[in-house]
Amino acid sequence: MLNPQLALYDEELTEIREVADRLHQDSRARTILIVDKNGQLIAASGVDAELDTTSLSSLVAGNVAATGGIAKLIEEEEFTGQYHEGKEISVHMTIVARRIILVVLFDKNTTQGLVRLRVKKANEALTGIFDALAAKPKGAQEDVFKEITDEDIDNLFGP
Amino acid sequence: MSFINYSAREINCKLVYYGPGLCGKTTNLQFIYSKTRPESKGKMISLATETERTLFFDFLPLSLGEIRGFKTRFHLYTVPGQVFYDASRKLILKGVDGVCFVADSQLERMEANIESLDNLRFNLEEQGYDLDKIPYVIQYNKRDLPSAVPLDELRATLNSNNVPEFEACAVTGEGVFDTLKALAKQVLTELRKGG
Repeated sequence: MLNPQLALYDEELTEIREVADRLHQDSRARTILIVDKNGQLIAASGVDAELDTTSLSSLVAGNVAATGGIAKLIEEEEFTGQYHEGKEISVHMTIVARRIILVVLFDKNTTQGLVRLRVKKANEALTGIFDALAAKPKGAQEDVFKEITDEDIDNLFGP
Repeated sequence: MSFINYSAREINCKLVYYGPGLCGKTTNLQFIYSKTRPESKGKMISLATETERTLFFDFLPLSLGEIRGFKTRFHLYTVPGQVFYDASRKLILKGVDGVCFVADSQLERMEANIESLDNLRFNLEEQGYDLDKIPYVIQYNKRDLPSAVPLDELRATLNSNNVPEFEACAVTGEGVFDTLKALAKQVLTELRKGG
């Protein structure tokens, strides 16, 4: 399989959240999202209740995929960063470890320069975490799914 | 590629609705959206043209409940069916866990069905997937229309491998949930095998 399954455990998730929280604080950004390239939200920091993180993650992934398609067409390996400037809020996106998108939403409370600087540091930390995760052998927890019965699956859908 | 979050006890899977232009992929998602309880669904997003043709994708996040203590979440996507959006279709197939091919039952769309199915197989292969090995169902949509081709003929042309198939009328919702359930079941069964 080209895309191995992404499995996250407490240990890595705690580390990822710490990186997100630190970046949130150091960059003075509004919100940090860590999304996988398929649009699944992995971790977030500074999210307020109105923010639809599920939709945002999917659209960010679509955006990055489309830009990746452009890169391929012009024979550029990958555009690792993207920036969308808004009147109030701007968005900075960076591809981390080839499979994760680090999204920063920020306003006039900070500057693009500071965001970029802090993102660089967070990128290094996240790359270390995701590279280690990719190299990690499958743990015993995967066995949970081997025990799923047909009945379990049928029950999910009700009568 | 499913994403399993052991920390939050969540399974996330990606399902893609594929098929020729105007076969009813978006209508499938709209029906699912309209009949799902608010607490089980997120916002449906459609990136469409001004004439409501899908430009990039439709997206609908669904929660189906728990299995062995894990919340199951399915992200449903459609592709743009029109032939010239092929580059976008390829992108949406990335990381797919299961595919539903929505065929248009009308006689005049048979060629478009065949072309789209070939395109699906080809685009999957480009991403390293084999249509014969991944979770896959077929839906014969628009069964209510007068020019609908007999089921046997559709089966012979589009379903030589005998994958689970469903007759549907996405506008009224007939067959829509049966199709989704069958696909979701296959994806979960695949997960049991170790993905």
